[in-house]
Amino acid sequence: MDYTLFVIQLLNGLQLGILLFLVASGLTLVFGILDFVNLAHGSVYMLGAFICASLTFALGNFVYALLISLPIVAVIGYGFERLIARPLYERDHLDHVLGTFGAILVIDTLAHMIWGPAGIAIPLPAALDGQTQLAPGIVVPTFRLAIITAGLIAAAGLYWLVNHTRTGMLIRAGASNRTMVTALGVDIQALFSFVFAIGAALAGLAGMLIAPITEASLGMGNNIIITAFVVIIVGGIGSMKGAFLAALLIGLIDTLGRAFLDDIFKLFMSSSAAENSAPAISSMSIYLIMALILFFRPQGLFPPKLR
Amino acid sequence: MKKLITTLLGTSLLATSALAADVKIGFVTTLTTPAAVIGKDMQNAVNLAMEHLGGKAGAHNLEVIFGDDGFAPDTGKQVTDRLVKQDQVDFVAGYIWSHVLLASRKSALDAGKILISSNAGPSQMAGKLCHENFFSASWQNDQTPMAMGEVLNKAGVKSLYIMAPNYAAGKDMVAGVERTFKGEIVGKDLTKWGADAQLDFSAELAKAKASGADGIFVFYPGAAAGAFTKQYHQAGLKDNLPLYSVFTVDGISLPKLQAANFSGIVGSKVTQEWDPSLDNVANQKFVSDFKAKYGTYPSFYAAQSYDTIRMIAAAVEKVDGDMSDMDGIRAALKSADYDSVRGSYSYGSNNFPVQNFYLREVVVDGDGNWTTQVVDTVLTNHVDPHAADCKMK
Amino acid sequence: MQKKVFVQGLILATVLIVPLLLNYMGHPFYLDLATRLCILAIAAVGLNLILGYGGMISFGHAAYLGLGAYAVGIPAHHWLYGGMDVIATTNGFVQFGLALLVSGIFALLTGLICLKVKGVYFIMITMAFAQMVYYLFISIAEYGGDDGLVIDTRSEFPLVNFDDATQLFTICAVSLFFVMWLVWRISKSQFGMVLAGIKGNEQRMIAMGYNTFAYKLAAYVISGMICGFSGALLGNFTTFISPEMIDWARSGELMFMVILGGVATTFGPLLGAITFIILEEVLSTITIYWHLPFGLLLIGVVMFVKGGLSALIPKAEDKE
Repeated sequence: MDYTLFVIQLLNGLQLGILLFLVASGLTLVFGILDFVNLAHGSVYMLGAFICASLTFALGNFVYALLISLPIVAVIGYGFERLIARPLYERDHLDHVLGTFGAILVIDTLAHMIWGPAGIAIPLPAALDGQTQLAPGIVVPTFRLAIITAGLIAAAGLYWLVNHTRTGMLIRAGASNRTMVTALGVDIQALFSFVFAIGAALAGLAGMLIAPITEASLGMGNNIIITAFVVIIVGGIGSMKGAFLAALLIGLIDTLGRAFLDDIFKLFMSSSAAENSAPAISSMSIYLIMALILFFRPQGLFPPKLR
Repeated sequence: MKKLITTLLGTSLLATSALAADVKIGFVTTLTTPAAVIGKDMQNAVNLAMEHLGGKAGAHNLEVIFGDDGFAPDTGKQVTDRLVKQDQVDFVAGYIWSHVLLASRKSALDAGKILISSNAGPSQMAGKLCHENFFSASWQNDQTPMAMGEVLNKAGVKSLYIMAPNYAAGKDMVAGVERTFKGEIVGKDLTKWGADAQLDFSAELAKAKASGADGIFVFYPGAAAGAFTKQYHQAGLKDNLPLYSVFTVDGISLPKLQAANFSGIVGSKVTQEWDPSLDNVANQKFVSDFKAKYGTYPSFYAAQSYDTIRMIAAAVEKVDGDMSDMDGIRAALKSADYDSVRGSYSYGSNNFPVQNFYLREVVVDGDGNWTTQVVDTVLTNHVDPHAADCKMK
Repeated sequence: MQKKVFVQGLILATVLIVPLLLNYMGHPFYLDLATRLCILAIAAVGLNLILGYGGMISFGHAAYLGLGAYAVGIPAHHWLYGGMDVIATTNGFVQFGLALLVSGIFALLTGLICLKVKGVYFIMITMAFAQMVYYLFISIAEYGGDDGLVIDTRSEFPLVNFDDATQLFTICAVSLFFVMWLVWRISKSQFGMVLAGIKGNEQRMIAMGYNTFAYKLAAYVISGMICGFSGALLGNFTTFISPEMIDWARSGELMFMVILGGVATTFGPLLGAITFIILEEVLSTITIYWHLPFGLLLIGVVMFVKGGLSALIPKAEDKE
């Protein structure tokens, strides 16, 4: 196997993993603390992409557009919590799944009505648009490195927020024991809204980062949300560390599967059958791994202590 | 509850019987999901054709009923069933996607309707599954990439990397280029397609680059086209892995690529059976009226949809609106006796067009818009390779 | 009591007679619609057995629809185009038997794993298994992969003809009534009582000496087989089978039908399916943006309609 190609594919997998983590982190926060299943989380990812695309054309610069889109998406997350999520907290997971499934349909259709079906390509500033040579033979698109960097910065910021601030302490406490936090006299409602807004901003950021590559398009959130759920289940619901490691694991498996599985399959089946089945089998492997992990560790890899 | 049901059923029954046209055309395309960008273009072209016809074929009123396939074969089949059984259309037309057409085929043909594809040309329906009531207003999938294969040979390309979506048409496109390309195929990737299609091609492009091929052949229609072209350029492959595409750089993707200022795409070459620059009266009227009405160049999808309506109208006129005269309608369609925007063409034994395929180049027009223009004729009066498998005479 | 029985009888009669009447009046499309409705209602009834009565929220029941449909499609495919002579047949007994067998085995194997986890983990692991089946069928080019499988022939049974739309509808409707009766019988049986007990408080049932895992697994397998049966009918109805049937959104639709109609009720899944199909049909003819009112309605139902539509039937029956 070619060494440089393998390194490049590792970077590609890392990039996918980082994006998955940004979506999954908000999901696992909301899930862990609020015990709320939010299928519509992927729609925020899509909204982030579209809003950032519109602003890029209005302002003429992708980076400014991204910085302004972040608070907008956070506000949308806040509004979503007040309107849709809050009335459903006391219900069971079934109602969460259905209510937020309905929200997906509404948000996707609204996006279709506002931005049209076409999807929007986002132009990048020249500095981000080229390629970077990391080592001899390893040349990668600069923007993909930018995604990895931005994602790691966001992850570090989140780590700091959760582990080294008072809000973070409450969030961690809420994840393991909700009643206790309420008993401490904390305004739990405000904390919930805050968590939702943070989660939305992170998912929105992921959408904004991927949009210059794949375009902002309808339904893009529905593709990633199920994978993000796999990530948080594998990592253990409510665990930030689990989500991070699981996201990287899933990102790498998916990318390396697409990159090398067909060559492996060709060793024991016809080349056309291998080309046909390899991509599907690599997508399938993600779910296979999730089922295996749940079989041996029913609470995921890093279950938060106490509930 | 029962009251509700009966009221609902009642209203929808009334709705269908209120509008009575002489001849009804059901037009199935994609109106939701990102692929709706193609469907919208086709819908615009159909409406323009109806406007040019004054809504009439000779003395007979035409009516078009649109159906949305949601980019999924089973939804496409359902909507075809509805057009045939509820709206009782006389013609079923449209279909962007080969797998949707393959799934819907039986619903239309079993009901004895005339089925006309405005785009999809799956190999099966040109060969084994050919049918006297099925006509193509476009091409057979293999043909356009076959023309590209010839172009590759002429350009001296010795080794090729191939990428296409993993569905019926993607497989035909790959088979098509393999038919005529004489060099070596060094690698091939088929990616997930449909409403949840794969749009990040990082792993595949890295493989293509590492393969050391002389060029890359791709087929990414609709919304995926923009995503692919972008990543191709971001990966800096333009100089060492030239792009040869079919149905990817077109009237749908060019305005978007222009808005994002992807100047690298200007000058690239693609093959097609039609082009806005083709010099015939019907085409010039179509292109200028389309631009005036909708503000963009029509895509080839639009051109074929426009032709679909024109050829139906010509056939209806020829049998004087007598929809029971199936032999007459079939003969009229088969004669291709109407002013097609691609110029005149004929039909082969399998009811697929026998026509020219051109090489076209992306250029900047007088108003600064990006479009294509014909630079060469690659295949002349080309018969598709599956016609031999069709048992019809 | 009298009134309840009357309303229920009226619903069943409507489901059976109105489509036949409309077909007779020259609107065959509504017969198709009703056939699809009955088939999906069967799947919803099957899902309700574990979701409603057993409290096990499966987000992957579309997998059984797909397995049942492919169990019809694959033998028919080989019968038409050769290969795999062992299963190449159009015999309905073989095809439906295969559908029940495959979905039963799949439910048994996945149930052994899924039922070990609880809550949201259960929702997600059932979804994971459905996704595996989804990608499995996409990966098999022989059976059409993403493009799906067109079968030009339906299951063959003595006496009945599945190619006749009226007969196919009647069979689907009668099957639906039978499955509704079956699940009602199960829910009233000793077995159903234990299942309800587990849903209420599993620890107590374990303390009482019940092997709750076995009860849950049995319910899970029966539920899967009912959906597999519904899938076999669906394959026959559409004569087109694609991985799309197994998509997670389809599983969500089945859940929606059950909850909209009312969980753990005999008529809930049917009412849910009726509403779902009619809404989809009416809204999608009006506008391509029909997902907007549909989604709003979904949110509205979740927030404001407790107990689903069957709570609207006078003196709601057998609710907990």
